[in-house]
Amino acid sequence: MAAPSAVLKSEWTKVRTVSSTMWTLAAALVLTAAVGALLSGVMNATFDDLSRAEQLTFDPTLVSFFGMMLGQLAMVVFGVLVISTEYSSGMIKTSLAAVPQRATFYVSKIAVATLLALIVGLLTSFLTFFLGQALLGDHKASIGDENVLRAVIGAGLYMAVIAMFSMGVASMLRSTVLSLGLLMAFFFLISSILAGVPATRDVARYLPDQAGSRVMQVVPGALNSDETPYGPWGGFGIMCAWTAVALIGGYIVLKKRDA
Amino acid sequence: MIELEGLTKRYGDKVAVDHLTFQVRPGMITGFLGPNGAGKSTTMRMMLDLDNPTSGSVRIDGKHYRELPEPLKYIGALLDAKNMHGGRSAYNNLLCLAQSNRIPDARVSEVLETVGLTAVAKKKSKGFSLGMGQRLGIAYALLGDPEILMFDEPVNGLDPEGIHWIRNLMKSLAAQGRTIFVSSHLMSEMALTADHLIVIGQGKLLADTSMAGFIRENSRSYVRVRTPQPEQFKDAASTAGMAVTLRGDGAFEIEGADMAEPVGELAAQHRVTLHELSPQQASLEEAFMQMTAQAVEYHAHDLSDPNAAAAAAGAVPGAPPAPNAPPPPGPQWGKGD
Repeated sequence: MAAPSAVLKSEWTKVRTVSSTMWTLAAALVLTAAVGALLSGVMNATFDDLSRAEQLTFDPTLVSFFGMMLGQLAMVVFGVLVISTEYSSGMIKTSLAAVPQRATFYVSKIAVATLLALIVGLLTSFLTFFLGQALLGDHKASIGDENVLRAVIGAGLYMAVIAMFSMGVASMLRSTVLSLGLLMAFFFLISSILAGVPATRDVARYLPDQAGSRVMQVVPGALNSDETPYGPWGGFGIMCAWTAVALIGGYIVLKKRDA
Repeated sequence: MIELEGLTKRYGDKVAVDHLTFQVRPGMITGFLGPNGAGKSTTMRMMLDLDNPTSGSVRIDGKHYRELPEPLKYIGALLDAKNMHGGRSAYNNLLCLAQSNRIPDARVSEVLETVGLTAVAKKKSKGFSLGMGQRLGIAYALLGDPEILMFDEPVNGLDPEGIHWIRNLMKSLAAQGRTIFVSSHLMSEMALTADHLIVIGQGKLLADTSMAGFIRENSRSYVRVRTPQPEQFKDAASTAGMAVTLRGDGAFEIEGADMAEPVGELAAQHRVTLHELSPQQASLEEAFMQMTAQAVEYHAHDLSDPNAAAAAAGAVPGAPPAPNAPPPPGPQWGKGD
């Protein structure tokens, strides 16, 4: 058996020595924080235009995380590239010849990339929260308020799990174009459209991003949205279940299919 | 020692590798020869446990590849020069692979030095030429200082200098007592490097023999003659008891190693004009083509002379059956350099 510590070290070298890691993670942080700050500022300026119901359920923490819509896409790219470039470059053959134990290889690779995504995710969520609150003026929340710390840490976890989900999907599809095409379309379009249409809203709630983002809400039914049938951690759990399925699927493909 | 036992790979209905059983013995260069699409690369990928065999098994020193604790220290392989991440430097590509097998970092610089890539170690490998990529792949194979080395078509696309370098490298590795398993679709290349030969065609084992034995059985010496008086020449030669065959292009071939002198003297005696009198050696390439002729997946057809095939197969009784009438062997093939 290859020593797991050696394989972890190897995977860490892999992820830190390609420039896409730096670019995608930086983009995730900047997009989430910048778009969140922008929308926080806009919300603050137009607060009086909101309906009464929206004002009553105003959720400054959630508002500061509005940039996650875009920032998560960079996390998707990070997660996809970690896996798919092994296949597109042919490196996977070299890698598996060096570490033929598929489970050790797969777990090490995903653990290293997830840890990195988690660190960047938490950094992003705290930065985004404080930046957003600073721009929300009188409507801001404080990190000490009830459930706010949970939402901020939850946002960081959300980013890490998005990356993991993408890694699982990319392990199944093995192609950068296919994986990005599918995940981008899903997260950016399909999921929001399904959530926007009344007929599909009840189902869309259980999609990974819709369920997972519940953890970033502090006020139930924030901004006059429908209340979800699950709590913040329940929603996050649904997202984790999706991710587990994707990762197990990825492992089965790695194990069964020729490299 | 690598042992293949009934190794088989099927893609749907198509059998890529068909019950291959052979051994790769230590301390020598074993050539793995077959036409394009014969299943060489598939076999090598199964040997490295990258592809799953449909049936059969591969053992490396009695173990399955997956049971090797740090495989790079047992067996190093060059499959394709491009099997590296282009966005990573040559050094970092090797470093991450070395780390996974607990090979010290210093060894990375060492193998880069061996293959002559020290100057570009920090450059991204996507900018590498085919030759540089091939060298990087070989550096990877050498990383763990393994006893067994596998090279898949190592000279493909290389310039003469690169070919020469790889040839010498393989020889020096074999001289150190290592096991070398190298594939090629060029007989001429194998004749220069291999001690032992394994030939496959359409996934089936066609020959498992020593190189010397293959040469002994398959090389044929003869003299080639062209004359404007074919009838006279043929009569004279037959009377003298020489085995004469007429090739499709109108030239005669007389079997035997040192026949140029007697044939020349015979022609002078009978006042037959000769336009050509040249000693020839049938190439190993030709022998290899005949052996695999039935097993070539994609046949090319000769456009220059539509009658050549018929002439070669029909008009020349002594000629070996060749479905595509290979052009007359040039003296440059198979003679070494």
